[in-house]
Amino acid sequence: MCLAIPGQVVRLLEAELPMADVAFGSIVKPICLALVPDAAVGDFVLAHVGFAVAKLDEAEAERTRALLGELGDLSALDRAKEASK
Amino acid sequence: VKHLVEYRDHDAVKRLVERIRTTMTRPWRVMEICGGQTHSIMRAGLQQLLPSELQLIHGPGCPVCVTAEERIDQAIALAFEPNTILCTFGDMLRVPGSQRSLLQARAEGAKVAMVTSPLDALHLARKQPAERVVFFAVGFETTAPTTAATVREAHARRTRNFSVLTAHVRVPPALTALFSAPDHEIDGLLAAGHVCSVMGYEEYVPIAAQFGVPIVVTGFEPTDILQGLLACVAQLERLYESGGECDVLNRYARVVQPGGNPVARALIESVFEITDLPWRGLGTIAAGGLRLRPEFALHDASLQLPRATSPMGPSEVEPFRAGSATAVPNPRCISGLVLQGRRRPTDCPAFGTECTPERPLGAPMVSGEGACAAYYRHAPSSPRGEARG
Repeated sequence: MCLAIPGQVVRLLEAELPMADVAFGSIVKPICLALVPDAAVGDFVLAHVGFAVAKLDEAEAERTRALLGELGDLSALDRAKEASK
Repeated sequence: VKHLVEYRDHDAVKRLVERIRTTMTRPWRVMEICGGQTHSIMRAGLQQLLPSELQLIHGPGCPVCVTAEERIDQAIALAFEPNTILCTFGDMLRVPGSQRSLLQARAEGAKVAMVTSPLDALHLARKQPAERVVFFAVGFETTAPTTAATVREAHARRTRNFSVLTAHVRVPPALTALFSAPDHEIDGLLAAGHVCSVMGYEEYVPIAAQFGVPIVVTGFEPTDILQGLLACVAQLERLYESGGECDVLNRYARVVQPGGNPVARALIESVFEITDLPWRGLGTIAAGGLRLRPEFALHDASLQLPRATSPMGPSEVEPFRAGSATAVPNPRCISGLVLQGRRRPTDCPAFGTECTPERPLGAPMVSGEGACAAYYRHAPSSPRGEARG
C-alpha cells in the first residue's frame, strides 16, 4: 500500500491540477504534483497512488552510494582492529 | 532504473551483513513496522543472511490488514446502494468483512471498481454525474495526503457526487500501543521511510525517549533495510555499554527530511482530524486514525450510510490490549497476534493449509503487504518459495 517508486519528471502537463509526465525507467505515466509543487523537469520524485509525495535529494543519494562503496574498507578495518586486540 | 537497482547491489548487501555481524555482541530483536519492508526482507532472503542472534519482528504496517471489518461492511453496504459505485485499491477488494469481501459483493451485483489513484475515482465521478462515486480511502500517512488533495479538489470544483469513506490510520499511536505492553519484546524499530517522507520523524523522538527504543527511519531496498538495521544494532550496543538517550536516526535521507513534506502535512491537517479508530486484530487505538473535518461533510460517505448499517464508533470495538487479539471469524486464525509481532505467520496452525492467499482466513494473508502473504510467497520452506528458488 505504501509502495512508492522513484521516477524522473520529464514534462509538465496542462491540467486543472498540477500534473507531469514522470518516467519510471521506460514507462511514462501522468503523476499529480500537487504535493511537491516545486518539482521541475529533471527532478526525481517518489510516486505513490498517482501522486508525487516527495522529491529525492540527489546529494543525499550520492552520499548513500559513496557509503555503500566504502563499507568494504570499513569492515576490513574492523577485522584488523579485532585481530590486533 | 536509477534510484532502485543501485540499492540492490549484491556486494554491498554482503558487506552490510558483515558489518552488522561484527557490530553485534549480543542478541537483539528489531521490528520493521512496514509491510513493504517485510516483503522486501522476505524477497531478498535477508533473514537467512543475517546472524541468527538478530531477530526480525514484523509489525502491523499493512493498512489493508488493519482496516476494521465494520468499515469493510460499510463499504459493501454502500456498493449495494442504487446509483452508487464504490472505488478502492486492488489490495482492499479481497479482504473479507464480517460476511464477504468487496470482490464477492461485486459477484453478487454490487458496483465495485478498482482504482490505482484517488484521482481515478474523482474522474469517474465527473464522467458519470448521475452516479454517486464513493472512494474507500485506505492507507497510512503516505496515502492520506493524496486523499486530502482529491477531497480538496472535489470540494473546490463542487463535484457533489464524489465522497470518501475513510480508513486512514496513523503509525505513531500504534507504536505507543505496542510499546506500552509491559511484556513487549521489541528492542529497536525501523520506521517506515515512505510514511516519514510525508510526516518526517519529529513525532517519533518522544516515543523513542519514553519507551527506550531506538528508532531508525529506513527505506525499502535491501541495502536500505540493512543500513537501518546496522544503525539500530549499533545504537543498541552503545546504549547497552554506556547508556544514554535513545535517538531517532534517518537512514533514508535521500527521501526523508526531518519535517517530512510540509505541503502534504498541511493538506492532511486541513482536510482531516485525528480520531480514535478500531484496528482489525488489535482493537481501538487512541488517536489511531483520521476522519474528514466537518467542512467536508458533503464528501463524507460515513454520513451517507444506508440505514441498516451500524455507524462505526470506537466504543463498539474493545480497546487495544497487548497480546490479545480481537475476535476473528475463524478461531484458528492468529492474525491479531501476527499483526502485533507476537507470533510468526508460520506459528499459525492454518498457515499454508487452511489459509492461503487464494482462500485467506485473515487479512495478512490477503494483502500484498501482509506478513502471512510475505511468508507464503517468499519463505524458503513455503510451497511457493521453493518453486521460485
